[in-house]
Amino acid sequence: MAMAQAKPQRESDILLDIRDLEIKAAIYSPDEKPRDVTIVDGVSVQTKPRGESDILLDIRDLEIKATIYSPDEKPRDVTIVDGVSLTLKRGKVLGLIGESGAGKSTIGLSAMGYGRGGVRITGGEVFLNGRDILKAGVQGLRRLRGREVCYVAQSAAAAFNPAHPLMDQIVEAALMHGVASRAEAEKRAVALFKKLGLPDPDNIGKRYTHQVSGGQLQRVMTAMALCSEPDLIVFDEPTTALDVTTQIDVLAAIKDAIRDTGVAALYITHDLAVVAQVSDEIMVLRHGKMVEYGETRQIIEAPRMDYTKALVSVRSVEHEEKKPTDKPVLSVRNVTAAYPGGQIKVLQDVSVEVHPGQTLAIVGESGSGKSTLARVITGLLPPTFGSITFAGRTLPPKLADRGRNDLRELQMIYQMADVAMNPRQTVGTIIGRPLEFYFGMRGRERDARIAELLDEIEMGKGFIDRYPAELSGGQKQRVCIARALAAKPKLILCDEVTSALDPLVADGILKLLLRLQKIEDVAYLFITHDIATVRAIADSIAVMYRGEVVRYGSKTQVLTPPFDAYTDLLLSSVPEMELGWLEHAIKGRRMASAGH
Amino acid sequence: MLNLKRIPTGALLGLFFTALFLFAAIFAPLIAPYSMSQIVGDVWGPISAEHLLGTDSLGRDLLSRMIYGARTTIFIAALATALSFSLGAILGFMAAVVGGLFDMVVSRFVDLLMSIPTLIFGLVVLSVLPSTIVTLILVMGILSSTRVYRLARAVAVDVNAMDFVEVAKLRGEGTRWIIFREILPNALSPLVSELGLRFIFSVLFLSALSFLGLGVQPPEADWGGMVKENKDGIVFGIPAALIPAAAIAALAISVNLVADWVLTRTTSLKGGRD
Repeated sequence: MAMAQAKPQRESDILLDIRDLEIKAAIYSPDEKPRDVTIVDGVSVQTKPRGESDILLDIRDLEIKATIYSPDEKPRDVTIVDGVSLTLKRGKVLGLIGESGAGKSTIGLSAMGYGRGGVRITGGEVFLNGRDILKAGVQGLRRLRGREVCYVAQSAAAAFNPAHPLMDQIVEAALMHGVASRAEAEKRAVALFKKLGLPDPDNIGKRYTHQVSGGQLQRVMTAMALCSEPDLIVFDEPTTALDVTTQIDVLAAIKDAIRDTGVAALYITHDLAVVAQVSDEIMVLRHGKMVEYGETRQIIEAPRMDYTKALVSVRSVEHEEKKPTDKPVLSVRNVTAAYPGGQIKVLQDVSVEVHPGQTLAIVGESGSGKSTLARVITGLLPPTFGSITFAGRTLPPKLADRGRNDLRELQMIYQMADVAMNPRQTVGTIIGRPLEFYFGMRGRERDARIAELLDEIEMGKGFIDRYPAELSGGQKQRVCIARALAAKPKLILCDEVTSALDPLVADGILKLLLRLQKIEDVAYLFITHDIATVRAIADSIAVMYRGEVVRYGSKTQVLTPPFDAYTDLLLSSVPEMELGWLEHAIKGRRMASAGH
Repeated sequence: MLNLKRIPTGALLGLFFTALFLFAAIFAPLIAPYSMSQIVGDVWGPISAEHLLGTDSLGRDLLSRMIYGARTTIFIAALATALSFSLGAILGFMAAVVGGLFDMVVSRFVDLLMSIPTLIFGLVVLSVLPSTIVTLILVMGILSSTRVYRLARAVAVDVNAMDFVEVAKLRGEGTRWIIFREILPNALSPLVSELGLRFIFSVLFLSALSFLGLGVQPPEADWGGMVKENKDGIVFGIPAALIPAAAIAALAISVNLVADWVLTRTTSLKGGRD
């Protein structure tokens, strides 16, 4: 009998191993010769101990597909995740990192046996606590989810039901699975609130979603996931939607909670600096395939693959700071603004200057009035007080009163390139319209200029007939840049233009903007919440906090200590790509963040 | 670009019948075997070789009246729909883009019009005004434009909040460019589906008016009026009233099949190619 079999990969996670078992019995009939009957023929059985092995999650050769239905075509399959394998030990944290579309969330959800929106798990195995959950069936999955594995979503605000108090939702899974009585579960939840640093832990559960801040809600969601004491939590970009100053608190709370409860976690993010703070191991993914898999220290300090190296060294754009000139192209003087009917001043006494061919970065968290300043400058929101001087002339406060030349010389690029372009217009129309509108270009002259602009943004004239839906995120933003440039502006307002992009793509856009600044001698007013971007592109910086400029000056001035309390908080909250940064940063802070 | 093989069966069927009705409407005098008002046979004569669909309550050839009826019905319904769409869509887009007082005044006026039941409103107006085809089209068009206005405004308010409209405003574009070049292409899908529906409602509304005696006046033929003329025959087992009724149903379904198909084609954000 053949006993030679492939050795199992890990001896430890197999409890009973029967290989090629054959059992025979002899039958003695009165009329016949005795003969052997095979009762069991070559059966192999392996059982894994439930909950005793130190390997919690074991994903093998996972393949996930989705079917695309285009109106004019036959449905076709695309592979979203291709042959990914990973193992996760109890109490460990594995970071899944990659750009959008890398399949990281899809893999995370597969650990719960779930495929989002028509996505199918077509191959491979997912062992959780030694059982293949892909074969568990609907009932098996129901017993599993919320009990052994829980999920923390990116947008906690969308994941909670606004019609129920938080506590009801937090204890729901624990009650459904009969893990605890309501009183016990609530006691556990309050203890978790304390651990996660939420204010008023005894009563916060009585509140509704709109009564807590975004950062708090994210921590409440973590408490919800921990309440039924699962073995594994899938964190799907839990801090991505938060401001940096809030992100650091949430990150620290999640890290503490993971350490204290001993739960294992899959931590999904696109920010390598963030994942470096919480995870023991990191898997780098790209286009649904694994690029590199290793210990956090090795990935951060000694990446092996080129793609990982690029991710680690992202934001390496160098920019020499320029000296301010005598005549600023734009000067905003003592601007105060409020939204119609509102009593609250969104901007208070804001004064900044932008010099020709240079970049002023406006930094601050959401709600600090950065974008409102842009709206005031463009004339969309006339200020209640103060004036705006542009290219030597005072701009009328209202958009309707401004001349065509004022409009032409002041262009704007938006955060979401998708909605900043009419989806029904081709790239040619989008870029060509300012040429027609401001310069009266027609026909061949116009097309030649469009081709020239497309070359400038490194895309080439092959894109002229494409629709925005046929472009990638980075290409869309490039077309928006070309549209702004087509007007030959003196100043471009860039409102978070790289925030929605993957880091590598964002880097490309920043490099392009800097190159174009040299060629076209255009000034930028660059609104962002990302300090790394500021370092890469700014000549001068204005830090905004609650509608006021709290710090303003050249880049070196602003980024050199001594800092005011808010700038200190902002700068110290930006994750850095080194191990142990989080603990260090939390310890050294002087001011608690507003989203606390 | 238009590949005949890729048109789904439903759309082909719809296209065929719509084309058939249109053909009959346009070339009515050439293909109708008899004149529409000439009495050529017995009252409610059966289907025969001379009269393919039989004769009507006065002994006129039903097929000829059906063909002429297609002409009147489709002509009036199409013009009323065109009027309601140009009026409703342009006012709706204007209200969304201009906003403020203009939006308020037009919207409340439309609310006022919609609060009166359409059929009763139509009956009152038509019984006062002389019953000509022009007044018929005007009344039908204006009444159904209130629905189009609501839809167009709702869609345009959404589109108007998009950044690309802000880009156009910052560029200094006028209201006309914003309405026709930025908003209209993006509002087309819901409007096209509404167009198919509105056209059919116009046919039904016209038929209802004619049935009540306020629509197309005899001896002009139109399908709704023909149902009315022949309805008494049903009691005697004569199917003459069912033929125009079936034609109305067939037109309704086929036009909507075509509208659905146009809709899926216009929804594509990649210019219908892939």
